Amino acid sequence: MRQDPLIPMLGEVTMIRTDTPDVKTFRVVGIDGKKPFEHIPGQCAMLSIPGVGEALFSITSSPTEPDYVDFSIKKCGCVTTWLHSMDVGQQVTIRGPYGNGFPVDTELAGKDLLFIAGGIGLAPLHSVINYCRHYRDRYGKIDIVYGSRSKDDLVDYPEIIDEWCKEDGINVHLTIDNPQEGWDGHVGFVPNFVKELAFDTSKTVLMCGPPIMIKFTLAGLQELGFDKSQVYTTFELKMKCALGKCGRCNIGDKYVCKDGPVFRLDEMDELPDEY
Amino acid sequence: MKKIARSELNALFAAIAEQKQLFIPADNTAGQAEFILWKDGVALTEKLNTTRSAKDLFFPQVENLVNFKVSDKKMEIIENRDPAAPFVVFGVRACDCRSFDILDSVFLSEPVDTFYKARRENGIIVTLGCTKPAETCFCGAFGIDAANPAGDVTCWLDGETLYWKSNTDKGKALTAALSVLTDCDENAVVAIQENTRKILEKLPLNNLDLSGFESDKLMELFNNPAWTELSESCLGCGTCTFVCPTCQCYDVQDFDNGREVRRFRCWDSCMYSDFTMMAHGTNRPTQKERFRQRFMHKLVYYPSNNNGVFGCVGCGRCLQKCPIHMNIVKVAKKLKEVAK
Repeated sequence: MRQDPLIPMLGEVTMIRTDTPDVKTFRVVGIDGKKPFEHIPGQCAMLSIPGVGEALFSITSSPTEPDYVDFSIKKCGCVTTWLHSMDVGQQVTIRGPYGNGFPVDTELAGKDLLFIAGGIGLAPLHSVINYCRHYRDRYGKIDIVYGSRSKDDLVDYPEIIDEWCKEDGINVHLTIDNPQEGWDGHVGFVPNFVKELAFDTSKTVLMCGPPIMIKFTLAGLQELGFDKSQVYTTFELKMKCALGKCGRCNIGDKYVCKDGPVFRLDEMDELPDEY
Repeated sequence: MKKIARSELNALFAAIAEQKQLFIPADNTAGQAEFILWKDGVALTEKLNTTRSAKDLFFPQVENLVNFKVSDKKMEIIENRDPAAPFVVFGVRACDCRSFDILDSVFLSEPVDTFYKARRENGIIVTLGCTKPAETCFCGAFGIDAANPAGDVTCWLDGETLYWKSNTDKGKALTAALSVLTDCDENAVVAIQENTRKILEKLPLNNLDLSGFESDKLMELFNNPAWTELSESCLGCGTCTFVCPTCQCYDVQDFDNGREVRRFRCWDSCMYSDFTMMAHGTNRPTQKERFRQRFMHKLVYYPSNNNGVFGCVGCGRCLQKCPIHMNIVKVAKKLKEVAK
């Protein structure tokens, strides 16, 4: 049989970590125990449970992890609900990686980076953040703004507190939507927080979160003097093939699966507002 | 060039069918023309074209991708590819033949769709020049000559004779195996072609102007106010996409029969409300967005990615079949009118 890109390989879930009430992180290896493929930060892969369905997820782990790929997944539909109910040792199917990824070795190299994430939007940026930490001397200062509904909804909180916050040259700015007992950090929405922090406009921004957050944060960044050409984001639309053929993830003449999912926001000006 | 008497068509079909499976456009029990596996007694239709296009033979409405055996936490991948037998499809019209260029650009670009590729490699396309093009035909708008179709072999048929000209290596190999054909002069079809071109000139859509859909007008066309009115009556039935020779959107679904899970691919339609539906919602919430997607794809998005080639071949099926009489010609004309 000639292998077709639509035919997945088998993988096995070797670790499941509960991050928040509705987000778990799943570690996947091939059934040979090895990393299923090499990827670029920001790329995605198709996971499926035969009989339940197949869906696209961004790869959360950095390519520098030699042995596995991680996926932080929010429980919100059929496939994700099934994934949340499974145990370690479960086999799944996996195919990928898909998409362009962030330009970590070209346009982002040498830059001061500002990561802005809301909720599960940290998932694709997590891969980039840890890639930049691994190759720390290739990048300038790193700022991370991360917000969620509550402290309990911050994905991978222990890693943020124990690793990211303790590293020189990385500033982490956390915020939650409403005051909460045991939280002495910032309270408020991400867009306002970004404005209050009044970042230097020489930074390159990588942003991912709910559309409403992207919209207002971008407006805030522009008020600060940022240009759209300094801002990268990553999209998610319905996909069946992830190969540019099934015909549904397009925004205008661009396919999110192969031309994206990472776009620079000035490029989006030339595309219809249909995402 | 070769020929055979029209009265001997059955002998030609029998000779082809000895070599490979042969599909010809014939009337089904409902009286509609479709590509039917030839056996003795199946006769060529009198109709201009088949209700559904020839794409069915290369990109079937449903096809198996793979099976899975799932037990507890373990699973197994089981090959379940439909067998691809060599075949000949006879009587493909010029428009449908051009549609394969469009399907090829999607399925044969990297990463190659091996299911489609296997059928393309196994299939020989024998086209048939049109002699009675209809009022709904507008292949000429896309530079297609209905009097001189492409394909592995091109045929022309008049009252007396079928003329046969092989164009490709595949076509030549097939021709070499058909001793029922006899040699004839290339000029034999000139009269048939001239007659066809005379009819084409008089067709109402012959001068359809498709300028103004260049990719630099993408945003302007997307935001054209005409979409609201154009899409208002659309039922979202998807008929246009199913009869369309260039529509190639597909869905992938699993069927669990209790023993194995069969993963198959089937045609899908951008006209359907769940086409882009995800757990958190859809980016095309009303029929206006879905309707716009279909026509923007054919007229602007596809050409933008394919050197200006339109994603339509002017076969006219959507003009004939749409229950509310909406179609790509009306859309193109209205958009241009409003843009002015």
